[in-house]
Amino acid sequence: MSNWALRHAGRMVDLAERRITASRWVRRNARRAFPSHWSFWLGYIALFSFVVVLLSGVFLTLWFKPSMTPVVYDGAYAPLSGVVVSEAYASTLDLSFEVRGGLLMRQIHYWATHVFIAAMAVHLLRVFFTGAFRKPRKANWLIGLALLVMGIVGAYTGHALPDDLLSGTGLRVIEGGITAIPIIGTYLSAFIFGGEFPGDDIISRLNVVHVVFIPAIMVALLAVHLILVRRQRHTQWGGAGRTDRNVVGSPFAVHTARAGGLMLIVSGFVALMATALQINPVWLRGPYDPSQVSASSQPDWYMAFLDGGLRLMPPWKVDVFGSELTLSVLIPALVLPGVMLTAMAVYPWVEERIIGTGLDRHILDRPRDMPARTGFGVAFIVFYLVLWIAAGNDVLATVVDVPVNWVTRFLQVAIVVMPPLAYVITKRICLGLQRRDRDTVLHGRGTGITVVSPAGGFSEVHVPLSRQEAYALTARERPAPPDPGPEVDENGIPAPRPRWSKLRARLSQVYFSDIAESADPRAVEEVRP
Amino acid sequence: MTHFSSPRSPAKLETRRRAARQVAGPLAVSALLAVAGLAYLAFGDPLGGSAASVSDVRISHLTLGLCLGAALLLAGIGVVRWSRTLTSGTETVEYRSDADTDGSDRHGQGWPMRTGLRRRRLIRNVLLGTLALLPLPAFAAVRSLDPAAVTRRRYTAWDEGVRLLTEVGHRPLRASDLQVGEMVSVLPASYLDLPDAGPARLNERAKSPVVLVRMRPDELAPASGRENWHVDGIIAYSKICTHVGCPVSLYDRTTHHLLCPCHQATFDLADNGTVVFGPATRPLPQLPIAVDGDGFLVAQRDFTEAIGPSYWEREA
Repeated sequence: MSNWALRHAGRMVDLAERRITASRWVRRNARRAFPSHWSFWLGYIALFSFVVVLLSGVFLTLWFKPSMTPVVYDGAYAPLSGVVVSEAYASTLDLSFEVRGGLLMRQIHYWATHVFIAAMAVHLLRVFFTGAFRKPRKANWLIGLALLVMGIVGAYTGHALPDDLLSGTGLRVIEGGITAIPIIGTYLSAFIFGGEFPGDDIISRLNVVHVVFIPAIMVALLAVHLILVRRQRHTQWGGAGRTDRNVVGSPFAVHTARAGGLMLIVSGFVALMATALQINPVWLRGPYDPSQVSASSQPDWYMAFLDGGLRLMPPWKVDVFGSELTLSVLIPALVLPGVMLTAMAVYPWVEERIIGTGLDRHILDRPRDMPARTGFGVAFIVFYLVLWIAAGNDVLATVVDVPVNWVTRFLQVAIVVMPPLAYVITKRICLGLQRRDRDTVLHGRGTGITVVSPAGGFSEVHVPLSRQEAYALTARERPAPPDPGPEVDENGIPAPRPRWSKLRARLSQVYFSDIAESADPRAVEEVRP
Repeated sequence: MTHFSSPRSPAKLETRRRAARQVAGPLAVSALLAVAGLAYLAFGDPLGGSAASVSDVRISHLTLGLCLGAALLLAGIGVVRWSRTLTSGTETVEYRSDADTDGSDRHGQGWPMRTGLRRRRLIRNVLLGTLALLPLPAFAAVRSLDPAAVTRRRYTAWDEGVRLLTEVGHRPLRASDLQVGEMVSVLPASYLDLPDAGPARLNERAKSPVVLVRMRPDELAPASGRENWHVDGIIAYSKICTHVGCPVSLYDRTTHHLLCPCHQATFDLADNGTVVFGPATRPLPQLPIAVDGDGFLVAQRDFTEAIGPSYWEREA
């Protein structure tokens, strides 16, 4: 029996080998090294939760009916018995109350989505703060950003499908944002909703977007993202024996086993969340009715920054040839996300233009070693968080018991003042951490043992760092600020693009003006015998 | 040498057995839970019958979820533990080949040369022209997307003599039905004439809801031309917020302020619906009302301006 099985298994392997040269693939992979650090798993968590989203989503499509045809509900949920609702809403209730495991799958789909978007966002921050977006990974940074945007659009379109009161209110706000677009806005809205709002087309249209377009685009983007990661290999932290020319890490088998385990743990964790924590109970909110709204209506957290912008914006408008340009909606709904995304998208190119050396970078930066970049990142996070908090200004006002208008005014000031403040503070903290590193490298690590000198002075005993430790703290890229040079060289030939060279030198001061005093390995060698 | 002798020493053997148990334990429990979940689905699950109630759903959900979640989690823990037995702290080093950075693909014979399109201008131009024109007929589809909705946006079901019906119960209202300080949501009586099937009613509910409030006539400060738009202190405004269209529904009877729960645009109903706080750029449109021959509240006419969020075609 076992002989028979072995012989046939061997033949299968042989067939595969002859057709796709699998052994070469295996051999190539077996030699690969996978750098390990907890933060490198964030992308994996995003990937695995996306798999859970896809699988649970396929389950939901089997029962969900994307139709706005009104029906009289007569299912298991007694409080809504006899109420006229859309087929989409009714089938969501049937899915929750009458399909075996339906409620569990719905909640898994929601929770996995939240984990997915959160993991993508944290993964993006990790990549930003460690400089993993630098050449040759700039294209992959863009693909990752596109995946985050598509993930949010996908989550939002899915959130709208059950046609409940909250999701309908969300669509109403989106419609208001679309009509604020000058010239084409009103037509765009009529085209999207198939006539007037809400019409009876939007759920089936969003369903196609949510079930076909977005997943297809995301799977394609994800494939390219992963292929690029594979080809370029992973980045790694600096340290003894690690350079821009090698990859040091766990072997393939170990890494694969860990990743497989993490896949199971992520899906198990999501399943337990879905079991214990109720999410989006559409039956409590009732079907959508454009004339109704509940107090403290809030979008899901990943859309909250947009809603916060709408709440913070002053009532600005401009009259253009007899038409109203509604800046109070246009700016937070379109300009703001556009500017935020563009800033994120172009940052790698901007940084490279200013301080880049044109070389590939595979060793990660410690965030403290790039105070300006870290400062930009934290300022961006603070800006985002103020918007995010603003989306709950009414809830916040209730919690701290002040008028909601005060909260809004406070946040209007905060969004202007806080990000620059965050930049300055972060930069100072980074420089402080650099100095501490420098002290540790030059004077060794404090042992906590205090000794009294014969003269009566107290001092702490320091032990010098090992060579590896000192190397890890000091070994980092130390590019010199670009020097524009003389405008005309000794032969009287003018320098190419002198204005840009000067500007570049000045801009690079943002990055380099404070770093110079941190520890240099050569200084360490001088101090240590 | 120790490498070869170690597996045979009793202490090392015991460590290995413990490691194996630590891997196999969670995996075995995981398998049991998977079987338990299957058995529950096959025999125990109360769902699917017409007698299923919400409490049945709760039990079924909890049982299935715990089985599935714990089974996955334990399997994952087992696999991660197994991966630890593989490591023994080794790291491998791989060298980056950097084969694609010497630029050999970027120079030399590029694709525009090989296609010959540089020399064959005619082919190139016709090709580009065809490609540019091919998608144009698709614009015909735009006409089926109902652009006429842009003009319908301006009008609602309100008209001269249309009665005000309560949103709940659809009753017509008399002036005496409202106390000072009270707020009622109303719909036009013509709403009931709209067809049940299709989106007509839902669309109208997005446009014509009106809030009716009563205050003392001396509290009102009507703008010129609006002096006779109220009935003895009863005054009607569009319920659709001029910011992004949420129904404005939180009324404070002492200040006469109406607050939108979505983005906190606040309107002063005593002062012609002007914006007193928040992001809305326009006052709430007011519906002129009167009393008909039978003593019921009716609209004098449709709104004098477009209701809801601003849009480009609307006169500023």
